[in-house]
Amino acid sequence: MALEVGGKNIETDEEGYLENRDEWDIDIAKAIAVAENLEMSDSHWEVVNFLREYYEEYQIAPAVRVLTKAIGKKLGKDKGNSKYLYELFPYGPAKQACKIAGLPKPTGCV
Amino acid sequence: MPETKKFLYVNRKAPYGTIYALEALEVVLIGAAFEQDVSLAFLDDGVYQITKGQDTKGIGMKNFSPTYKALGDYDVNKIYVEQESLDARGLTLDDLLPLTWEDEDDDWAEKDSIKVISAAEMAKIMEQSDVVFSF
Repeated sequence: MALEVGGKNIETDEEGYLENRDEWDIDIAKAIAVAENLEMSDSHWEVVNFLREYYEEYQIAPAVRVLTKAIGKKLGKDKGNSKYLYELFPYGPAKQACKIAGLPKPTGCV
Repeated sequence: MPETKKFLYVNRKAPYGTIYALEALEVVLIGAAFEQDVSLAFLDDGVYQITKGQDTKGIGMKNFSPTYKALGDYDVNKIYVEQESLDARGLTLDDLLPLTWEDEDDDWAEKDSIKVISAAEMAKIMEQSDVVFSF
């Protein structure tokens, strides 16, 4: 599969995750979000950016439970719950937000 | 609540060259979702898995050692390292990654996850575990 962004073809796997994480940029993120039927708000970007930072530090995408706890700690208790995150990313925060962040599917995410 | 079992993952091999270390780490992270009582043991060449300053550029593999630092986030905070294995390789606790976890019940105080123990103590921990996975 491939995604066309700004006249360039970006390779993705059959579920839409980027093949090459280094190709990621904001326009690609927006294109993935469109494909996921998501309208990106500041709150969405906050989570996406958090995931990118987490990956940078630990070289993995966190499981939802870990993401929820870490978001709560960093961005406040009102955001560190699955209701808030599922409202932003209805098909699963770790799954959808990771895809938009250009990260691999979280380990242990089914 | 289903009964919680004590799981022990035993790591004995060097981090690169075989897939055991990475596979073990992934199994631990996936297994952590099941909220069991999880401990990790590092002995023999396995102690190299959690050494500081790993650089894999020369072998073209991903350096996955930063991922061990995420174990605390996954509530995996009992990490046993065998003293004799460190000694035999000229390593000390200072050569290992500072693996920590935050205690939610103690105002998020940062605590050390690693305990260096003797072979005899390691045997006891294996004895007390319900399930032992050897990698």
